[in-house]
Amino acid sequence: MSRVLVAMSGGVDSSVAAALLIADGHEVVGATMKLWGGDSDSGCCSVADVEDARRVAQQLGIAHHVFNFGSDFDAHVVEPYVAAHAEGRTPNPCVECNRHLKFDRFLRRATQLGFDAVATGHHARVVRHPAGGRYRLRRGVDQAKDQSYVLHMLDQAALARTLLPVGALTKAEVRTRAADLGLRTAAKPDSQDVCFITSTGGRHAFLGSRIPLRPGLVIDDDSGEVMGSVPAVELVTVGQRRGLGDAGDARRRYVVDVDLAAATVTVGPRPPMMERLAVGGLTWVDEPVAAGASVLVQCSAHGDAVPAVFDVDGESDGEVDGAGAGVRFEQPHRVVAPGQSVVLYDGDDVLGGGVALASASALADGRL
Amino acid sequence: MTAYLDHAATTPLRPEALDAMLPFLIEHYGNPSGAHAVSRRAKQAIEEARDVVAEGLGCRPSEVVFTSGGTEADNLAVFGADAATVACTDVEHHAVLHSVQARGGRVVPYAEIGSVEADLVSVMLANNETGVVHDLPDVRGLLHTDAVAAFPWLDVAALAQRAHFISISAHKFGGPKGVGALVARRPLTPIIHGGGQEADRRSGTHNVAGIVGLAAAMRITVEQRAANVERVTRLRDRLADGLLAAVPGAAETGERNNKTAGNCHVRFPGIEAEALLVLLDEAGVCASAGSACASGAMEPSHVLAAMGISRDEALAAVRFSLGATTTDADVDLALKVVPDAVARLRDST
Repeated sequence: MSRVLVAMSGGVDSSVAAALLIADGHEVVGATMKLWGGDSDSGCCSVADVEDARRVAQQLGIAHHVFNFGSDFDAHVVEPYVAAHAEGRTPNPCVECNRHLKFDRFLRRATQLGFDAVATGHHARVVRHPAGGRYRLRRGVDQAKDQSYVLHMLDQAALARTLLPVGALTKAEVRTRAADLGLRTAAKPDSQDVCFITSTGGRHAFLGSRIPLRPGLVIDDDSGEVMGSVPAVELVTVGQRRGLGDAGDARRRYVVDVDLAAATVTVGPRPPMMERLAVGGLTWVDEPVAAGASVLVQCSAHGDAVPAVFDVDGESDGEVDGAGAGVRFEQPHRVVAPGQSVVLYDGDDVLGGGVALASASALADGRL
Repeated sequence: MTAYLDHAATTPLRPEALDAMLPFLIEHYGNPSGAHAVSRRAKQAIEEARDVVAEGLGCRPSEVVFTSGGTEADNLAVFGADAATVACTDVEHHAVLHSVQARGGRVVPYAEIGSVEADLVSVMLANNETGVVHDLPDVRGLLHTDAVAAFPWLDVAALAQRAHFISISAHKFGGPKGVGALVARRPLTPIIHGGGQEADRRSGTHNVAGIVGLAAAMRITVEQRAANVERVTRLRDRLADGLLAAVPGAAETGERNNKTAGNCHVRFPGIEAEALLVLLDEAGVCASAGSACASGAMEPSHVLAAMGISRDEALAAVRFSLGATTTDADVDLALKVVPDAVARLRDST
């Protein structure tokens, strides 16, 4: 038995995580992070969600605290998200929230308060290798709900102090468990998308109130003709097909290039492809992967993991110090927007991950 | 044991208040606005309570308007007074601050409040977070004072004599929650409309038991105030001196000779009050920090910011607030627990 601080968002997964840990005999306390003070559809931080977490804690008979990490969230998640867009990158704020808030700020707070471990309601598994005691981060049992991608930054030190109890259950089992316990969150819908962006205003309203958004011209890659315009060039991502205003919808146009300086969006008939993706800011779950190793690579939260070779500076040998690292895909891969998380797997186990860098080797317009 | 050191948040109900209230929750259930005997009994209780409150606040009974609490009293003064322009200090309770802001009024430092041009000026008598006591300024127009935090400790009737409007809340001095009063020495336009109760200044069926409880608690508070201030000052000084001696770098907020007796506000640089409160809670010491927003999260204090205290230091501040039921044992427990908890947090940072 250990003392565990459960990050309770007010959703069903973290509610059941707390219940499972209690059933396992741990001494459990709940805590809800207040991260975002602005508008929200009800991501993680609305008063109603905190109230749900508090009521579930009461139902489970455990103490519950609220931690105001709003300024950390602004500094480590919201401001970088805005800055990245201003520079033409497409960041994943949930990854940064996990990196800086849940598994850093929250974990440090838990340690300060004398807890042995933290737990969350993420669908992923922490597995301790029988020999040697190293920790592995594995996909959740429910592949459709797997969240290992957004947890790829967890290292041995973090994993040693992290419990992910619902990763062993399917989502349906989680809901059944919650219903059996009579938890008020049993039928609560899953949270969607980025918690600080409302469905009504979208990214445009959010970013538009923080940085100047400039309209851009949409240019045909073949003819060089101007085909239309987009309201905000900062919001266009390489590879995207929808939301190109009057230029994109009719003829299945894909964005093959975005030039922020010139405020132009180049579109072509096929998705832009790449053979190699440069990856920065790599972190490893355990030992760094050797250059030349075969891995599976996942480049979006719900994307497929595809075979690739990890390399450095395009070479498949040499020491890996992070600089010049990348993955060479077995089959040409759709261009990954700079800023997206790139996660390396060995089967179902996360090896590590980083962020996609702007790639010089992108094969424009799918021409191989 | 639990050391309850959060009397500025709320106080336990005085037994005398409970005894006074019970008949009005049971046999005397009448609506005081009615005409028959059952109603008359309730009506009589309200008017007797009004007399007690008028005496406690140094006003005429007809100037007492019963409300649902301090927040409503503050709102009624800011929105109901005959004033085209309003202003308040930057250390007011949110009930005043947000009301003045909602009216488009001015918010200025305390030092400037005497010279601000406004038809209604609001200045709290004692601050709810720091306990700092304010002199009420000479103003040309109307003066409102939020005396909610002051009433348990200060002779509000004397100190707020010049105020045209005075807010108080029962649960801060041993009365029940959900009832308060506004002294209105000038006309008010109601903000709650309906049956015209309270001489057309505040509609809604009276909270009879609450009002009776408020009056009972007020009577005892006034009777015992001097003795209570003396006793609690000694306890507070022992707590504050003990914390300052035991915790390196600890700093007290406000001049002790110009604070309410029950307030012990201490900053512990290098730690986060939010974490400290969890450890104190586990050890049975109930205190608070800043002001809690609707979610229960602690927000950085606007009061400390207005005093020029840095954000980091404001986030390291804890308010221990003592009251009529505080004992030496409470102080002992706090002195035993707090220095260790601060040291533990500092060690782990």
